[in-house]
Amino acid sequence: MKDMMLLVEPLIPALRRYARVLLRDRAGADDLVQDCLERVVARWHQRRADGDARTWVFSILHNLAMTRLSRSRRGWHVALEDADEAATAAPPTQEHGVMHKDLMRALDTLPEEQRSVLLLVSVEDLSYAEAARVLNIPIGTVMSRLSRAREKLLRATEAAMEEKAPATGPRPWLRRVK
Amino acid sequence: MTGRPITEDDLHAYIDEALDPTRRGEVLAYLDAHPEVERRVAAMAAQRRALRSALAPVAEEPVPPELSLARIIEARQSRWRSRWVPTWRSAAAAVLMVGLGGIGGWFARGTAPAASGIAALKEEAAANYQVYAADHIRPVELRAGDREELVTWISQRLKHPVAVPDLSRSGYRFMGGRLVATPHGAAALFLYDDDRGTRVAVLVRPMEVEGDTPMSPHREGPLAGYAWADRGIGYSLVADAPSASLHPLANEVRQQADRVGAASSISAIDSLKRKRILP
Repeated sequence: MKDMMLLVEPLIPALRRYARVLLRDRAGADDLVQDCLERVVARWHQRRADGDARTWVFSILHNLAMTRLSRSRRGWHVALEDADEAATAAPPTQEHGVMHKDLMRALDTLPEEQRSVLLLVSVEDLSYAEAARVLNIPIGTVMSRLSRAREKLLRATEAAMEEKAPATGPRPWLRRVK
Repeated sequence: MTGRPITEDDLHAYIDEALDPTRRGEVLAYLDAHPEVERRVAAMAAQRRALRSALAPVAEEPVPPELSLARIIEARQSRWRSRWVPTWRSAAAAVLMVGLGGIGGWFARGTAPAASGIAALKEEAAANYQVYAADHIRPVELRAGDREELVTWISQRLKHPVAVPDLSRSGYRFMGGRLVATPHGAAALFLYDDDRGTRVAVLVRPMEVEGDTPMSPHREGPLAGYAWADRGIGYSLVADAPSASLHPLANEVRQQADRVGAASSISAIDSLKRKRILP
């Protein structure tokens, strides 16, 4: 129990963040993290002793999130359009010319599998090998998804900025570009 | 210098600050010589920083009390204590859940009627799922590649021809299986997984009672499942997944068992044909 507190407790803020970006729903994400922590407590003894706790906990959370998302797509849960726009809202800051809101919208245009890789690697600082274990995919797949995610995110935010450049009148909704 | 060509993977590792100093130097030299690539890599690196700073505040929020690990542990322990008091049966179920199944079942014998029939089958399937499906080192004794050996072994021990259900049409790969012990004798445990790592277990054993029972759903803690019995053989399919997603899988297993049952009793069909009961 003591090692669980030491290893898992510090992960909770990152777990909340990962769940919230995937679900785009603050309360739903915290519910998911709670589910995840309950499973972690129940299965702690089943964990591989030599395995990394962070990878193990993230994989539990990721699998729960995918189950939740596939259920919501079937209409059992909140529809994604109703998802909390403010869920990941931060004070609007202009950083590197990219608005927070545009970035979040661009992130939403990524397919789920690319978004997961990008978040685990770029935001949660998992190594490529750890991300591969969390997602249960080969490391080569992690790299190709990461590459596609970054290309697509770049194109999406660049397109958003171009549209905004001659901005007068209502702000255009982000258009997807080929 | 290592002289290795710079790859796309190197560029991403550079963006993620995951390169060792030597390789990083090589990538920097490459970027100096290729301004177009440099521009793209710099834009991606800037985007990575923007994403991190945009999402940093979420991780800095105070953690709500429902997500306190100490509280979750405490809640679980008090559920356990309250579960222990009311009946020996549920206490035994709780013990089964942590993998001390055999011992728990033994203690339960003297004080409450042990579950039998389909009810027992459900508990056995859940307990075996908890132990074996969660195992990352050796979930199965014989792997999918040794299917024939597994089928021969299991059929011999169960004294009944058993075929491995095929769930590949539903996206579940056969991982392998093993013989497991239950209070009602030997049983076969087959494990499957899908691309997301969800594992499904199918427990099969001969039934002394309730040998023909319609399919019904069951739930043991976080696990959902379906159990039924047909011509003296009981089946329970369990997984840590929504119950509705398991129903088609259970139907699939039942249909296949039907076909196998029919095929293994060709002589019986022949005799029915001779008696003109079947066309």
